[in-house]
Amino acid sequence: MSDIQCVDLCRTFYQGDTAVTGLDHVSIDIKKGEFVCLVAPSGGGKTTLLNAIGGLDKPDAGEVWIAGKRIDNLGKSALAEMRLNNIGFVFQAYNLIPVLTARENIEFVMEVQGIPAADRHIRSAAILAEVGLEGLEDRRPAKMSGGQQQRVAVARAIVAEPEIVLADEPTANLDSSSAEQLMDLFVALNKKHNTTFVIATHDQRVMEYARRIVKMLDGRIDQDIPQVGR
Amino acid sequence: MKMIAIVSRLAWRNLWRNHRRTLIMLVTIAVGIWAMIFMTALMRGMVNEMVRDAVRVLPGHVQIHHPAYLDDPNIVNSIAAPDEKLLEVLNGPDIVAWTTRVRVPAVVSSARESRSVTFLGVDPATEAAVSFVAGDIVQGGFLENGDDDGIIVGRKLLETLETDMGKRVVIMTQDPDNEIADRGFRITGVFDANTDALEEGYVFTGVKAAQGFLGIPDRIHEVAIVGSDFRQIDGIYKAIADATGPDFSVLSWTELNRYLGTLLGVMDGFVLIWFVVVFLALSFGLVNTLVMAVFERVREIGLMLALGVKPMIILSQIIAESLWLLGIGALTGNLIAWLTIRPLREGIDLSSYADGMEMFGYSTTLYPEMTMGDVVTANLVVLSLGIIASLSPAIRASRYQPVEALTKV
Repeated sequence: MSDIQCVDLCRTFYQGDTAVTGLDHVSIDIKKGEFVCLVAPSGGGKTTLLNAIGGLDKPDAGEVWIAGKRIDNLGKSALAEMRLNNIGFVFQAYNLIPVLTARENIEFVMEVQGIPAADRHIRSAAILAEVGLEGLEDRRPAKMSGGQQQRVAVARAIVAEPEIVLADEPTANLDSSSAEQLMDLFVALNKKHNTTFVIATHDQRVMEYARRIVKMLDGRIDQDIPQVGR
Repeated sequence: MKMIAIVSRLAWRNLWRNHRRTLIMLVTIAVGIWAMIFMTALMRGMVNEMVRDAVRVLPGHVQIHHPAYLDDPNIVNSIAAPDEKLLEVLNGPDIVAWTTRVRVPAVVSSARESRSVTFLGVDPATEAAVSFVAGDIVQGGFLENGDDDGIIVGRKLLETLETDMGKRVVIMTQDPDNEIADRGFRITGVFDANTDALEEGYVFTGVKAAQGFLGIPDRIHEVAIVGSDFRQIDGIYKAIADATGPDFSVLSWTELNRYLGTLLGVMDGFVLIWFVVVFLALSFGLVNTLVMAVFERVREIGLMLALGVKPMIILSQIIAESLWLLGIGALTGNLIAWLTIRPLREGIDLSSYADGMEMFGYSTTLYPEMTMGDVVTANLVVLSLGIIASLSPAIRASRYQPVEALTKV
């Protein structure tokens, strides 16, 4: 069964009077536990597709199904609920809430989900160890490096055990060492929790980790290539 | 409950991301609240003192007359002394003091001048608790008893009549048969009042002496009654009216002095308008603070929405920031108000403006009055209107599309 199913998605943006095609009749199935990279040059449609899958943006036409439930026709609150319980996000930058510590950022989603404090603390401590951030739990984002912040973001995305993790250019602001550590972490989490990863990138280093690469061009899927990842 | 904790914690921490802006806003709210309470305390003190002075002049809180007396204060429009039924009410626990008076228009003449006055026969034992005159004697002394046939005049009248303590003046008025009644009275006391009109307009003698002089034994013209609070006289008014029946005219001080009665009502309206005006001034700062707070955090709000936080929670968080600001500002303002009003409880001396103050019937000492009602109203106005003012930035924040907010530069 597909974890993510997009059917004939279309999305057009307007810059003044000029129409820009974001998605042009895109259809894709992603199965549970897949590790997929969406690859495209800037403006190719990868982030637009990622946003549509994550319910952050609504397509003009077509359908989006997550875990067997159609989401493109949901209201704001229902979409928020779906994101909260089904999807973990990792963005390129500005991933954390600045007034919360690393631990509080990691626990934030669980707290909103209503998970009791004792459970949250156990799970956040475990995930902090897993992402190698022991001892930094009480630091605020401003006191952490970019790589550490991204790890906190990954920890937050995975700690509530969502079915899907969507990452948009997660390595864009990281040096090669941090980027490698982050991707190793993604792969490890993917294998351990069987979480579906969909990563939008144009970073060659990231693509090397993918087990499936979907190349996009001008809002369309140009190539869908299975890979032998690490 | 969990969401309240999250929202409250985030709101509190966000508030202190920009210390300077938050502190300026807190000072603004505190000063606003202080201004509301402090100025209202001054205004209340001034108006209440004015009413108390006016009530102390003669009327008391409630008066009983012959139904025709107020339109025609003729000697014949008199009433009998209170009967048993009325006495039971007058001596009840809700009434602080009461007195009976003979009261007729008259002319007072000295060897050199004459003036029209109100001639009052009073019982000094009960009058002292109802009106000012016994306590404001500046020369001689007040009447000793109801039979005392000395006369008490005001300081201004003494000057006008060009007479002095111990000298005789003649009171001329009408008796019940419409014949001229006149008699000499020796000046045994001089009183001081807030206004010249009072000092020149009233003279006092013993009630029995007045009844004997006017030939109306056992008849009176007025019963003046004082309750515990001039603002709450409905209870005693009703009890007195029930006890007297329809053959008597029972009037409250607001009916006897419509100017002050109206002033007291208008004062409440002014207080509310004053609160709203002050709030409007500080609301610009509040809204600006919240708009800036939202504007600076568009991407962060987008992130929270993307993570699955519902728009209503975002709205609640902005309102919570507003509530923190308003709450701390209001608490500080209340404290400053209390600290600044408390040292003034002995009164503010305005004697350097005595002439002007007395002309308008104000006391020369102003006692600020901070009432719980005004404090609660000021805080409610600020909190409720503050929440309404913060709705606009809060709604704006909650309506962001996550994808647009996340890409906001």
